[in-house]
Amino acid sequence: MDFLRPASWDEALAAKAEHPTAVPIAGGTDVMVEINFDRRRPEYLLDLNRVADLYEWEVGTDTVRLGASVPYSKIMESLRAELPGLALASHTVASPQIRNRGGVGGNLGTASPAGDAHPALLAAGAEVEVASAARGTRLIPIDEFYTGVKRNALRPDELIRAVHVKKADGPQQYAKVGTRNAMVIAVCAFGLALHPGTRTVRTGIGSAAPTPVRATAAEEFLAAALEEGGFWDNGKIITPAAAKRFADLCAAACNPIDDVRGTASYRRHAVGVMARRTLTWTWESYRGARRTTEGAA
Amino acid sequence: MRVNLTVNGRPQEADDVWEGESLLYVLRERLGLPGSKNACEQGECGSCTVRLDGVPVCACLVAAGQAEGREVVTVEGLADHARERSRSGCATGVRGTPLDEARAWQAEGPDAQAAEGSGLSPVQQAFIDAGAVQCGFCTPGLLVASDELLERNPDPSDADIREALSGNLCRCTGYEKIMDAVRLAAARRSEGV
Repeated sequence: MDFLRPASWDEALAAKAEHPTAVPIAGGTDVMVEINFDRRRPEYLLDLNRVADLYEWEVGTDTVRLGASVPYSKIMESLRAELPGLALASHTVASPQIRNRGGVGGNLGTASPAGDAHPALLAAGAEVEVASAARGTRLIPIDEFYTGVKRNALRPDELIRAVHVKKADGPQQYAKVGTRNAMVIAVCAFGLALHPGTRTVRTGIGSAAPTPVRATAAEEFLAAALEEGGFWDNGKIITPAAAKRFADLCAAACNPIDDVRGTASYRRHAVGVMARRTLTWTWESYRGARRTTEGAA
Repeated sequence: MRVNLTVNGRPQEADDVWEGESLLYVLRERLGLPGSKNACEQGECGSCTVRLDGVPVCACLVAAGQAEGREVVTVEGLADHARERSRSGCATGVRGTPLDEARAWQAEGPDAQAAEGSGLSPVQQAFIDAGAVQCGFCTPGLLVASDELLERNPDPSDADIREALSGNLCRCTGYEKIMDAVRLAAARRSEGV
């Protein structure tokens, strides 16, 4: 095994171009487990810890460009206002020790359907910035990024530089089912973002299909129901029937399996419950904010 | 490969390090510092918790080469780290814990009085006094995590303590005493004991 230690992003891309089989390692919270358990013996380890750019983020007008290695603990601390869904998801990642090392780039690189960041990214709307020495930078829409179980749209000579996440323009929520609060791989997870600016809603489902997925039929149903009833303007309570229909459509978007963490039918059920709850939380928050801005008692 | 790093304030070098080796293996097997425990090797248990450039991490998940040029504090250097912290600002000449001292380190003193000058950090003394050590395997990781919590947050709520220690498992299930120990260390600090 060779240990490659590029000191800059350009050096990292050059190393990846020269050794396309090199396994990038940043926080190490996925890669080192595989090495420790002898599940993986890469020819080259490509250490990204010295590439300082990957630890930075920039808050723009519409998006946050989040460096691939920014640890979850930093996202929780510093980006709660801009990326509330992702900050909540970050807080559910493993333990403080892991959150101090791991970042979204690793979640995307591993592309496990159970990765905690995925539902939040899908719900907020995001693009993954990847680059190669030969072809430069390209942006992959998050909806096209996950291509299969632990597979993503990266080419062998590409590395993940950052993820561009849309800044929240409305309430966002995240829920995760597991046996305890810390150190849990999601049985299933759900992210929801209201986008009052475009009068749309977006969802993200984790660990209940071969890849993280959105419940697009549920999103379309809810957007139409909110529009039709003038809910965005009148701020009324969402009817239980509409919430139930939304939850059922989210459950229907799952394609889960039975495994040690839970059964397929439990996952479907739990996603429905999380969808209904997160809808209530976000909508109540939207109504509350509306009342505050309009000064109604 | 060779890895150069600072461990407990002193520069160290490890030779013949395998590229896929963890920082934990380097500490235990190359530098002879077995305080950080090796258990799950997957970041679940926290018994290998060390500070890497000040940040608590699982040493089993840091590749040895990633520690090149960085500063590591292990449980063996915790007392010294706490002393340096409390007198920070004063020039103290030689700092850090040399390897031979770290290897010979042992806890002494059954109570706070006897521990005067015996080389325990406040959080270590609190663990002893509160009876927070059963089999002792998880203790080093918990000490490093607790010490970092109190450094950051001198007056933590119970929820803060549970959150900060949520990555450390105690198979003896001695969590209540561990909570007591952290509360005790915080209380002593606020009283200036």
